[in-house]
Amino acid sequence: MSVGPVGHGELFFVVDPSRCIGCRACVQACEECGTHRGRTMIHLDEVDRAHTTQTVPMVCMHCADPTCAEVCPADAIKQNEDGVVQSALKPRCIGCSNCVLACPFGVPKMQTDLDMMMKCDMCYDRTSIGLAPMCASVCPSQALWFGNAATWDATRRGVLVDAWLFGRQHVRTKVRVVVDDASAGPVDVLAGAALGDWRDDPFGIAELEGAM
Amino acid sequence: QGNGQGGREQGHKCDQLPGNRDITNPEHRAAVASVWGCDVDEIPGKGLTAQEIMDAIHAGEIKGLLSICFNPAVSLPDTNFTAAALDKLEFYAAIDFFMSESAEHADIVLAGSLHEEDEGTSTTVEGRVVKINAAVTPPGEARRDTDIILDLAQRLGRGHYFEFDSNEAVFDELRRASHGGTADYTGITWQRVEDEMGVFWPCPEIGHPGTPRLYENGVFAHPDTKARFHAVTYRPPAEVADAEYPVWLTTGRVVSQYLSGTQTRRIGPLVAQYPEPLLEIHPILAGEHGIADGDRVRVTSRRASMTVPAKVVTTIRPDTVFIPYHWAGSRAANQLTQRALDPLSKIPEFKVSAVRLERVGSGADTTDVRDMELRTGDVDAAGQP
Repeated sequence: MSVGPVGHGELFFVVDPSRCIGCRACVQACEECGTHRGRTMIHLDEVDRAHTTQTVPMVCMHCADPTCAEVCPADAIKQNEDGVVQSALKPRCIGCSNCVLACPFGVPKMQTDLDMMMKCDMCYDRTSIGLAPMCASVCPSQALWFGNAATWDATRRGVLVDAWLFGRQHVRTKVRVVVDDASAGPVDVLAGAALGDWRDDPFGIAELEGAM
Repeated sequence: QGNGQGGREQGHKCDQLPGNRDITNPEHRAAVASVWGCDVDEIPGKGLTAQEIMDAIHAGEIKGLLSICFNPAVSLPDTNFTAAALDKLEFYAAIDFFMSESAEHADIVLAGSLHEEDEGTSTTVEGRVVKINAAVTPPGEARRDTDIILDLAQRLGRGHYFEFDSNEAVFDELRRASHGGTADYTGITWQRVEDEMGVFWPCPEIGHPGTPRLYENGVFAHPDTKARFHAVTYRPPAEVADAEYPVWLTTGRVVSQYLSGTQTRRIGPLVAQYPEPLLEIHPILAGEHGIADGDRVRVTSRRASMTVPAKVVTTIRPDTVFIPYHWAGSRAANQLTQRALDPLSKIPEFKVSAVRLERVGSGADTTDVRDMELRTGDVDAAGQP
């Protein structure tokens, strides 16, 4: 099982992309935060609007070993004891964009007018006292979910992964993502590259038939 | 529309009375008249639906109108017809929380309240009565809708029927008026709604727990307790795609705008999410008209013409285009739609009309390669062929 150990009662964040309906309530809610009013730290990606209405929300994955922090020359990115990775510290960030380039998920964004990086910090002012992040608190389909293991098991379906493979880089994340088949191991972003254009078989029927 | 359910079942519909009752049924009229303390003949008969009101104005049958939170200039079909009707009225008073496009036609505008400024209940589609609590008070000279209605009743000489000192008092009379009807609110009090996270009707007595699910154990409301299924014979739409207008137009909504946009077109981030109506069109249909994604397209129906940018997607049928309706004036999708009504519900056929398309130019913020003068082939250092 790829899900890392979760302490009893520990609260964690789950993204279930299949439930996303593209309403952008998450974006609107995030933008209301007084520390970055009008700038959203969650991003809603349209996978391929010309052919599908599918959308995917992108939050900071709060990696166990954050690449952004490792490459920061100014030591501006800090990680709390509970694993939440903070946004760039304002007095330290020099606006070099190393983190923007290095993050395997493409999360940190350069705020050019501020000459500073900003990213999701899992609404630490809320999650540190047990409240859901703003995005998860407004998501009508609960594609964004925040809670503990007992509540997840009791109310939701889906297998959670927190392990990723980007080429040779193994990444473990605090944020879990729902997948179909955890036995396939970590999410390998390069897997399936040889299978051709996804639009030729959008539901993976050929893959299923091959496996049967 | 947020309280479409709760409103209709307590008489907000021109043919209904509180408790889901029928305004033409003598027993129903008598029951409600006894609660309201009026003579049964003072209760009007069946009225006109929204589109029928516009038709009646044009026919000279309706000369004056009082509306509340109603923006037909955007939300009814054939907006030119509606605008002409509103201008034809001899008197038009509009109660609204913002200056809507319809209120612009009014002789008098009374500044009313948003639900954030008012207190009452709303009933969800599952029949659950929930509480609305005021978060702010109406600014300046704006007043709560209830106060406006009570004041008008007073001035029209009907104050004795409207002696309420609070919104809750109004609700308590409504509970009594609904008693015995199918949407029975008798046992539903504001306190219970707050304590129990809403109460489901029917709740026919004080202390009754409410009815979260209707027809449990297969017992339906007809005398033989069985459900009814109604076979419906297919009728084609009033207007069909034909040689002259060969493309089907359907209209609808986007998530970031609400109804006629009177509230949501005033909120910056919502407008930024989807700023203007777009024409959703399939690549095959777009290709037939030489339309690329982002091109401006003139869409023409028998009623009017509008120009919208194209959004070329495969998530729509190749014979149909879609335009969301939340905008006004030259950007109103309803300027194109037709006024046929469903014979039973009197809902306009917003979703089906016939149009033709014409590409009129490229998108305003793109440089289209078709508009550029390009040379191909070898050029020398001075750029000469």
